[in-house]
Amino acid sequence: MLRVDELTRRDHGLGLGPLSFQIEQGECLALTGPSGAGKSLLLRAVVDLDPNLGEVIADGRRRSGTPAPRWREIVRYFPADPGWWLDRVGDHMADKPAARDLLASLGFDDPDAVMSWQVSRLSSGERQRLALVRGLLGDARVLLLDEPTSALDVENRDLVEALLRGRLEQGNAILLVSHDPAQGARLAERSLRLEQGRLVSLS
Amino acid sequence: MTGYIELSYFDLLLASVLLLFNAGLSLALGLRLERQMLLAALRMTVQLLLVGLVLQALFATVSLWLTALVALIMALFAGREILSRQERRLKGWWGYGIGSATMLLAGMVVTVLALNGPLRPEPWYDPRYAIPLFGMILGNAMTGISLGLDGLTSLVGRERAAIEAQLTLGATRWRALRPIAQRALRTGFTPMLNSMAAAGVVFLPGMMTGQILSGVAPEQAVKYQILVLFLIAGASGLGVLTAVLASIWRLTDDRHRLRLDRLA
Repeated sequence: MLRVDELTRRDHGLGLGPLSFQIEQGECLALTGPSGAGKSLLLRAVVDLDPNLGEVIADGRRRSGTPAPRWREIVRYFPADPGWWLDRVGDHMADKPAARDLLASLGFDDPDAVMSWQVSRLSSGERQRLALVRGLLGDARVLLLDEPTSALDVENRDLVEALLRGRLEQGNAILLVSHDPAQGARLAERSLRLEQGRLVSLS
Repeated sequence: MTGYIELSYFDLLLASVLLLFNAGLSLALGLRLERQMLLAALRMTVQLLLVGLVLQALFATVSLWLTALVALIMALFAGREILSRQERRLKGWWGYGIGSATMLLAGMVVTVLALNGPLRPEPWYDPRYAIPLFGMILGNAMTGISLGLDGLTSLVGRERAAIEAQLTLGATRWRALRPIAQRALRTGFTPMLNSMAAAGVVFLPGMMTGQILSGVAPEQAVKYQILVLFLIAGASGLGVLTAVLASIWRLTDDRHRLRLDRLA
């Protein structure tokens, strides 16, 4: 589903890679390593948000032959600190009916009310869950998740993990950065460890 | 022109006493501006005296190429001025290049239009008309462009997360930067709107005042002023728009990435 070939970036002190790995359909690969190892840099490079070298293939499409906006629809990146550009939550949701369903599955009791919430008043946990909803609308095939539950309590964390498991069953591939080894163990079968921008183990 | 009161250098010297008063004030209040103030005044005097000499020589030889050359040099100075008014600039020659090129483009287009439309001197590039007109347009458009660009570059840095969130969700670079471009354009248009709204009520525009002082009937001077304000509005609009769009193009790339690394 996702194949990364010789991915390299040279823009940050130590640089990154070259890194090569694959994630199968329906598989979650955990990305671990100390802070500053380049985990977020790797995710940003895969969606082509920063200049980098190498090829990535997702769902049979080559990144080099796909316009960047289309690429980022297929390979969706969820940053640890999601940005918002309009005042209300609903203005960020491309597909409102689908968003309502997702909101309900993530424990928001009144999806219509949520749509009219002011972004500036959201708690960090709400932001995190709402950014997940926003990004899961559309036809993403590969999900790159950077600490998707870092601001959530156990109950909400379980809801998010259940949602992600559902996406895996539908055939999505997930690359997951998490500081919680237990979360990696729950969702992923294999893990990839980065240290100082280099791949040190793949198990 | 019906007669005007000629000024002597002694008259100017008398007027400069006001500046000395300011410098004294700065000294007394510890503002530490006296040095800067005197230097600026000295620079202004020398620059304008030189320009006077250049204009006299230029007007004596009516040449299209010479006029164009002077216009080019003016635009290059304007580009430098635009650059110096920005807190965060594009790296390399881009910051300077975009400023100068848009100044030249907007100033030229509007000046040539004015010279071939409402004014029609003979020949149309007669420097006695072309250069003062170009200078006025340049000076005012410059303010708009530098404000617009400063707005853009500072917003882009501050709103990085919001821009990248849109890119991540599949927006093109133009779409993702649209809200910021709109704000930058609004900032760039403001001085032009303000100067039109306030002209004649809050202040008497310098050009009109100058014409009246040199003996032109107020009714004619006013017509000239209105024309010039329209020209300034046109050039500011064109200049701010091209400068902001060119900078967005440079601040992103063909893979629709935000390239803050290209900002100094």
